[in-house]
Amino acid sequence: MRKKLFLSVFGIGLTLVMAVCGASAAGLSDGVLKVGVMTDMSGAYSDLSGPGSALAAQMAIEDYGGVVLGKKIELTSADHQNKADIAANKAREWFDAEKVDVIADLSTSSTALAVMEIANQKNKVTLISTGGSTKITNDNCIATNVHWTYDTYALAVGTGKAVVANGGDTWFFITADYAFGHSLEGDTADVVTASGGKVLGKVRAPFPNTDFSSFLLQAQASGAKIIGLANAGADTINAIKQAKEFGITENQTLAGLLIFITDINSLGLETAQGMNLTTGFYWDRDEESRAWSKRFQARHKSMPTMSQAGVYSSLMHYFKAVDKAGTDEAHAVMAAMKSMPINDMFAKNGYIRDDGRMIHDMYLVQVKKPSESKGPWDYYKVLRTIPGDEAYISPEKSTCKLLKK
Amino acid sequence: MMIQVFGIPIQALLGQLLIGLINGSFYAILSLGLAIIFGLLNIINFAHGAQYMLGAFFAWMSLTYLGVNYWVGLILVPLAVGAFGILMERLMLRRLYHLDHLYGLLLTFGLALILEGLFRQLYGVSGLSYPIPDIFQGGVNLGFMFLPYYRAWVIVASLSVCFATWYVIERTKLGSYLRAATENPELLQAFGVNVPLMVTLTFGYGVALAGFAGVLAAPIYQVTPVMGSNLIIVVFAVVVIGGMGSILGSIITGISLGLLEGLTKVFYPEASGVVVFVIMALVLLTRPAGLFGREK
Repeated sequence: MRKKLFLSVFGIGLTLVMAVCGASAAGLSDGVLKVGVMTDMSGAYSDLSGPGSALAAQMAIEDYGGVVLGKKIELTSADHQNKADIAANKAREWFDAEKVDVIADLSTSSTALAVMEIANQKNKVTLISTGGSTKITNDNCIATNVHWTYDTYALAVGTGKAVVANGGDTWFFITADYAFGHSLEGDTADVVTASGGKVLGKVRAPFPNTDFSSFLLQAQASGAKIIGLANAGADTINAIKQAKEFGITENQTLAGLLIFITDINSLGLETAQGMNLTTGFYWDRDEESRAWSKRFQARHKSMPTMSQAGVYSSLMHYFKAVDKAGTDEAHAVMAAMKSMPINDMFAKNGYIRDDGRMIHDMYLVQVKKPSESKGPWDYYKVLRTIPGDEAYISPEKSTCKLLKK
Repeated sequence: MMIQVFGIPIQALLGQLLIGLINGSFYAILSLGLAIIFGLLNIINFAHGAQYMLGAFFAWMSLTYLGVNYWVGLILVPLAVGAFGILMERLMLRRLYHLDHLYGLLLTFGLALILEGLFRQLYGVSGLSYPIPDIFQGGVNLGFMFLPYYRAWVIVASLSVCFATWYVIERTKLGSYLRAATENPELLQAFGVNVPLMVTLTFGYGVALAGFAGVLAAPIYQVTPVMGSNLIIVVFAVVVIGGMGSILGSIITGISLGLLEGLTKVFYPEASGVVVFVIMALVLLTRPAGLFGREK
């Protein structure tokens, strides 16, 4: 009798243990799905990513219902101060001690590359939105990363090619004198030359720099039709502002190579009008993007940038993939992410390649004249939708070892 | 045929020199403020950049929220920034006079960080645009370059203020009191001059100069919380080169370094960010008191 009781208790216990083990093998490894948004909370990129990216992540969690595979989704965020060492240390802490499963955003290429390396060691997922270097999906590609929003190649193709096609066949570059500026200038110069244009000259401005008048005069003296601004943030804003002041925009056209909608907002249309630029997202594209962006704007005082919209879109897709895979194990989730097309407020028929590049349409836009704008944030005319396969580096040209050629 | 100097067309060179002069006038007016504060009060005012930023922001705020135009702003904003400086001196700096310079430097540096952080929190980092006043829209073609009217005004305004300041300090009775107050405050006090009041007002004036430069800068540079910290390091180098505390030295050095920087931007643009510091190192090695300073 006793023996029988013991056996049945043992049996029930065993079943319970097996049930628990089974659940954890297939479900979430630690009872919670934790999202970490690592971004620039107070520096040069905090308006275009920063707190807005954290809000986008928060909205994604809420819109998904806050639960995946029956467990809660939690959010944490951190300021990497655009420093690779701080980003790497934080990522290690998040993965080792705080059960973070996925890190989103990463505002500069250097922080993105540093965190990817750690995610690769720890078998975790990264979803990069703001960092723009093509290294992320080429030489430094890893299997558990997705580069979501844009890269410098897509910007160069979008703006460079279109501007040359519209008759802007002679270029002069004002380049921020550091890795990002050089790579943006190089990528664009290649595209300009390949499209039949000519690069007449370039000047490397120290970074950061406030007064661009001297460099603008050099650009003016070159006689080039197009002045390519291979810089970002405050440098670009000051260069554009001063180009107008010096009457340069009357005879020459500026091509901003990396411009976010928050930059345009801060410049004002009077100054920025007529400029061509390439973006991965524009809030006023269709009903779906408008609806989402207005919800975002209601909680954040500005419209979403492409980076912030990218954070939302990438996390929504990630949550769906976790549900589909039935686990948060990075490779299984990545397989699920790659198996599903992306159709949301951000992308139409987007897909993820084996090098981690999310292929989606990019938009060549022109900044509206003040008279054409119907109100706040009505800034862009879409000149051309660049199909994803044209916008991004082709698999043949990619140097990523994960791509089967 | 075009005349060339070291392979650069003379037109381009003249243009760059003129731009150097514009930037030099900003350096001059900012370094003048620092030099007055250091020369007469012995305070290394690291908040000078933040006070310049405050000038630009006050100008933007008064235009946007109160509709105060540029000209009124150009007078009222420096007064407001100066008043802020006076509060700073009365409430905080005054307590540090008996200590080493370093304490004043640390206090003002801390204040600069707080001010920057505050404005970053309120307005973000992308900055705000202050329109160029209507009267200065457009510019004149000088043949070798297009000179925006506003930039010409910047040169006129800042050089006039610099000259007036130099004149008051070096050539008037009030100026002689000020100079006496630095040499021997006790003696001057014994003659019945209210020295602490003079010190406060002088500090206020130095800070007001930063505010004035901020208003001048608002229409041409984006108004951002970090605009001061980008500039202040260069301006400190200018003061060191000119000689800490030398009024005329800071004006002349400011303008010359602007010109020199302009030339660097033509011949080797990559070095334009460091040329001022190279000069500073050379001057410190050969004349530690600066070009116009006196050895103590």
